[in-house]
Amino acid sequence: MTDSNRRVVITGVGALTPLGVGAPLLFDSLLKGKTGFRNIERWDTTEYATKFAAEVRGCVYQPDDHYTTREQKRMDPFAQVGLVAAREAWLDSGLEKDVIDSTRSGAILGTGIGGIQSVLDQKAVLDKGGPRRVTPFFISNTMANSLSANVAIEFGLQGACFLTSSACASSGHAIGMAFREIRTGRADVMVTGGSETTTNALCLAGFNSLKALSTRNDDIQRSSRPFDRDRDGFVMGEGAGVLVLESLEHAQARGAKIYAEIAGFGQTDDAGHITAPDATAQRPAAALKAAMNDAGINDDEVGYINAHGTSTMMNDMIETLAIKVALGEGNAKKVAISSSKSMLGHLVGAAAAVEGIACAYTLANGVAHQTQNLDNPDVENGCDLDYIPNEPREGDFKTALSTSLGFGGHNVCIAFRKFEG
Amino acid sequence: MTTIEEKVYEIVCEHMGRTRDSLTHDHSFTNDLGADSLDTVEIVMQFENAFNIQIPDEDAEAIQTVGKAIQYITSKTS
Repeated sequence: MTDSNRRVVITGVGALTPLGVGAPLLFDSLLKGKTGFRNIERWDTTEYATKFAAEVRGCVYQPDDHYTTREQKRMDPFAQVGLVAAREAWLDSGLEKDVIDSTRSGAILGTGIGGIQSVLDQKAVLDKGGPRRVTPFFISNTMANSLSANVAIEFGLQGACFLTSSACASSGHAIGMAFREIRTGRADVMVTGGSETTTNALCLAGFNSLKALSTRNDDIQRSSRPFDRDRDGFVMGEGAGVLVLESLEHAQARGAKIYAEIAGFGQTDDAGHITAPDATAQRPAAALKAAMNDAGINDDEVGYINAHGTSTMMNDMIETLAIKVALGEGNAKKVAISSSKSMLGHLVGAAAAVEGIACAYTLANGVAHQTQNLDNPDVENGCDLDYIPNEPREGDFKTALSTSLGFGGHNVCIAFRKFEG
Repeated sequence: MTTIEEKVYEIVCEHMGRTRDSLTHDHSFTNDLGADSLDTVEIVMQFENAFNIQIPDEDAEAIQTVGKAIQYITSKTS
């Protein structure tokens, strides 16, 4: 039998994002309104509609700072970046490999695509040198679950270990499943989060063909503008976020510092279109509601929402509607809402993890970061809520929701509570 | 030291993260350097690339030390 009501707390965080290495730097930079958008230099963008991105490779992430040559060959960049964030989160938690009960510890992480850089690189090797030149590390580097597997190997986590993949909601699902492992008594410690490094010539071309990306090449620092009437798409990002979750009992027994509590998880699917969200917003609203019910948060008790807020026309409209449907129009207008993507770009499979870290900091520090570049809210299309425009907001937030809406119609919401003992 | 020796040492040091003076001919890839089965395939592939030779699987299995690698490659390239 398992105890189905254990409390789950966050005791460690780590992030490698376009804003730099480290979770404290991430949140500090968000509060200062810094953006991670840069002109792409890793390939020729002459023919591309979009010529910028929010990269970590080639700027804030230098593989040699973290890994030996052998280690670099044995992990795709997406797993390398994920493991950097995991090492930070693990160190931050104070947990030790030889002290934990490894069989009651696990690793569930998410990615949208996985080791695509290895596919690109080794396809070039195959074309040039033939099959005998393809590296023996190709399969284990390309497989998406190499992220969770490498994290489990690093810290000796022998319980539940798998990878979640639901596009932009991937790490939301990962956090939700890790939360449930602990809540239901199956595990005491879970390392969760996500990583993505899809900023490459092929993926950018694909997202451009989808017409999903901002093409504001002449003003890139103001390109991502969620909920603003002049938004024109998201900014392709890359990076990783990792959280260490523990049962409250396990954390308190060792005197761990606690950032916040994860209190609920909701997931639904539109089952409609493979990329377009459902215009009625019923299913994303149901995900919010499910997470609130799971956490025991009433409609008028939501303090802060870290929105998916991609800066695409459709997402921001439908997400706003979903918040209204879930909370009721009156309550929705009282909630402080912001989008991390206004500064980070869209980290795809890592987005929910990084945004979950933002929620944890918000509750722990009593300040929520702003939505950058929100000059003229798109009121005509219903975007009339309090999106914390351009300046951070102080407040004694007691609860927070983090929403993620992914291609495939995946809707995920994680509910957080301020930890007050 | 011959050119072949130098190149073999360079490849092994680079991949396994070792310094040149910590390696000898007698070092075994798996037992002394901690290489796993994937590493040994990778190292052999790098020998093939560097010396422009083909090393059949049955030969590769016998190349277990730095010295054996040098000996084998010397015989194939002379």
